[in-house]
Amino acid sequence: MKGMTVIVKKVTELMCGVIFLYGIYIIIHGHLTPGGGFAGGVIIAGSFILLILSFGSDFLALKKEETGSSLIESSAILTFLIIAVLGMIIGGTGVFFKNFLPGGTIGKLISAGVIPLYNIAIGMEVAAAILTIFLALLIYKDEVLK
Amino acid sequence: MEILLIVILVLMIGGAIFSLEARDLLSAVIAYGIVGFGLVICFLLLQAPDLALVQIVVETITLIIMIAVILNSTREDVKTRGGIRSVFFVIFAFIFAGLFLYFFNRVTGTLSDFGEHVMRMSEAYVLPGAEKTGSANLVTGVIFDFRGYDTLGEATILFTAVIGVLTVLRVKGRK
Repeated sequence: MKGMTVIVKKVTELMCGVIFLYGIYIIIHGHLTPGGGFAGGVIIAGSFILLILSFGSDFLALKKEETGSSLIESSAILTFLIIAVLGMIIGGTGVFFKNFLPGGTIGKLISAGVIPLYNIAIGMEVAAAILTIFLALLIYKDEVLK
Repeated sequence: MEILLIVILVLMIGGAIFSLEARDLLSAVIAYGIVGFGLVICFLLLQAPDLALVQIVVETITLIIMIAVILNSTREDVKTRGGIRSVFFVIFAFIFAGLFLYFFNRVTGTLSDFGEHVMRMSEAYVLPGAEKTGSANLVTGVIFDFRGYDTLGEATILFTAVIGVLTVLRVKGRK
């Protein structure tokens, strides 16, 4: 896939980091403001998709990118399960998905126990999953149909 | 507000029907965008900012991916067969629409008014929710604490979708 014009490339250069940071903000503040892992993960994947669409995929090692995003996706869902099992072991009551960390003050950034950790794991999972699907379609077009 | 909702819903149904009937696939996908973004406005009117945020982001990304796929493949729709079979399809569609409307009307007649009814289960979630979970955003508190299994299921669905796409589009097996 070829890149777009200079205007699109320059605007993408300026905006892409801001979009990425906004996704991280949405994920981390998921337990305080609207949003959370699902919305923030899709925003992060959108910043990567914007980069690939505007600059083209000629200078990317697509196979390596796909291996990396697939690895992150699998490890993120594994992290989610490990936190849930830790609640079963450490929580004392033997309940799956037990909130075993102290709750803290409602409304502070570090509060709500393990819920921010779940948010981060889900955000990584969603971002890597959507990026993997996009890269798989791109690899299919660039290498198989050639 | 209900009149505005009805107008948006009619617009969404029109967009869906146009995207089924359009010859050009690009205009079909863009008309399908009316459905998604109309749903965003519906969520905002019903005061659900969490769902609206997820819906607007997912709709934009899927629309971009579909447009990229269409621009790189073909824009022409496959020709459909007309004739006597389509008459049967239209008749069956009207029969099922009538059946669904009848049963929908019977079911909703027994419920109380929209937004008024607070059930015993949702009272147990909503009222002490912030103190029990420690989360200021109640939606996140519910989906990651009370309903953790639901979130695990959603993440597993996404994981399975990626495995399916990688299996269908794999490079190694074709060479």
